[in-house]
Amino acid sequence: MSSTIALIFIGVSVLFILGIKFLSSPKTARVGNLIAAGGMFVALLALHKSDGQSVWAQGWPFNYTLIAIGIVVGLVMGAIGAYSVKMTAMPQMVALFNGLGGGAAALVASLEFTNPHTDKFQLGGMVLTVTGPHEPSAFIAVCMLFATLIGSLSFSGSIIAYLKLQGKFEKPHTFPGQNLLNGLILLVILSLCGWLTFHAIGGGAVAAFIVLFALALFFGIAMVLPIGGADMPVVISLLNSFTGLAVAADGFAINNLAMVVAGTLVGSSGTLLTLLMCKAMNRPVTNVLFGAFGSSGGGTAAASGIAGTVKPIQADEVALLLAYAQRVVIVPGYGMAVAQAQHQVRELSEELGKRGVEVQFAIHPVAGRMPGHMNVLLAEANVPYDQLIEMEQINPSMDRVDVCLVIGANDVVNPAAREEKTSPIYGMPIIEADHCKATIVMKRSMAAGFAGIENHLFYKDNTRMLFGDAKASLNALVAAVKAN
Amino acid sequence: MDTNILFIFILSIFLGFEVISKVPSMLHTPLMSGTNAIHGIILFGGILVLADAATPLAQALGFVAVVFGSANVFGGFMVTDRMLQMFKKKK
Repeated sequence: MSSTIALIFIGVSVLFILGIKFLSSPKTARVGNLIAAGGMFVALLALHKSDGQSVWAQGWPFNYTLIAIGIVVGLVMGAIGAYSVKMTAMPQMVALFNGLGGGAAALVASLEFTNPHTDKFQLGGMVLTVTGPHEPSAFIAVCMLFATLIGSLSFSGSIIAYLKLQGKFEKPHTFPGQNLLNGLILLVILSLCGWLTFHAIGGGAVAAFIVLFALALFFGIAMVLPIGGADMPVVISLLNSFTGLAVAADGFAINNLAMVVAGTLVGSSGTLLTLLMCKAMNRPVTNVLFGAFGSSGGGTAAASGIAGTVKPIQADEVALLLAYAQRVVIVPGYGMAVAQAQHQVRELSEELGKRGVEVQFAIHPVAGRMPGHMNVLLAEANVPYDQLIEMEQINPSMDRVDVCLVIGANDVVNPAAREEKTSPIYGMPIIEADHCKATIVMKRSMAAGFAGIENHLFYKDNTRMLFGDAKASLNALVAAVKAN
Repeated sequence: MDTNILFIFILSIFLGFEVISKVPSMLHTPLMSGTNAIHGIILFGGILVLADAATPLAQALGFVAVVFGSANVFGGFMVTDRMLQMFKKKK
């Protein structure tokens, strides 16, 4: 019996690994996702308790009804969320699902911890040698405390990340001594964990555990609140890997190998993904987490004294420039996505293509709200794959571009990242829109970008501003190009 | 403590790093979303603790864990699939 389970478990692990592997190549990504989902299904069928009995092969106690209802409720919630969310709000949705996973991990660990008399369950052939009432071994206790701590931190942190991406208090919130306070809370949390490891049963354990849970929730909020909205992708990726680790720790605690493998895979691949994202922004991960992005550099733009004035332009003129250009590069940003203007952008690029203009899209690694977000949005609007050029590939030839059309992008084209050492985004690689012969910036107003800093590009000599709603402006451009 | 499980844990860490080391940045979002769905396996943890819950409080908390885990796993895979089906279209 147990060798059958062990075999199924090996199969499940292989499916997860293949799934993630396939997910990292565009051609196989969708299949990879389905493979991972299949692995989940197989694991569900093979779910076993420690006595080797399948959880599906016994009677139907009342708790099973609760389980069934819970699964259906979660399924409906998840399906509604997944299919109703707009593509622009995708990162928030991922944050929310991640938070739920973290919350579940914390609850599972809590229930295990406060009820250490229950039998242990397992999926693999491993046998856990505990019988009757017992205090958990120090290792198991640490696993459960870790899962509680990281899971609840991931839950509250993800909710804050979700709210920030929804536009609620997206500016960093800081006050003097914040890092000190966070440090103190962390110290208290760790002390509680240390004490609980050896006092899991008996006086004060439950009370201490509840305090720990509450502090961990608070710490998640305190950790994410000072981080600016622009850094949320990194935070979500980090919390995603946290949840993975919490799940793995739960797997140790309830001796479920499938959870250990799945959680660990997510934890380590998520950590690598977080580092890759930070690399794309050229910032160390510690800077993102503790730097309180934007707060130190706030107001420097005014102090630096930008020379020149903003020069507006009308749609007709822009259309003329575009229609008679040889090479046009479009730099799409989140503003384009918010205005739901992807289809108009595609229309414009097709119209220009018909006239023999070479049109390319320059994609910054962190364009949109997450790395790769912009590719998803443009793919949705049927922009052909081969027109999307990554930043490193397009930058060397930017000085041979006749017109660069910046649509709703801001920080990713801000030359301050290259020129101004005091700028909070200094060192971040940018698309060098300022090197083009002419740059048109389409923008709703002169408001600063997501990072909250002024953009020097707007004041350059060869830059013109086309103000207004991106969708309306693009419609005007398409019409004017057709007329030419 | 079972050392086998620890052995598997350590190998999984390296595997996780290895498996995504060459991912292009355009797939970062779907990959994050896909791995997010995989940690939805916590649903099974929820099922196991709820199956064994003895008090109303444990039942309530276990129920919440199952709902959360279920939303995580189903929503996660669905939203990833929705993202990825767009990558299919090529001209």
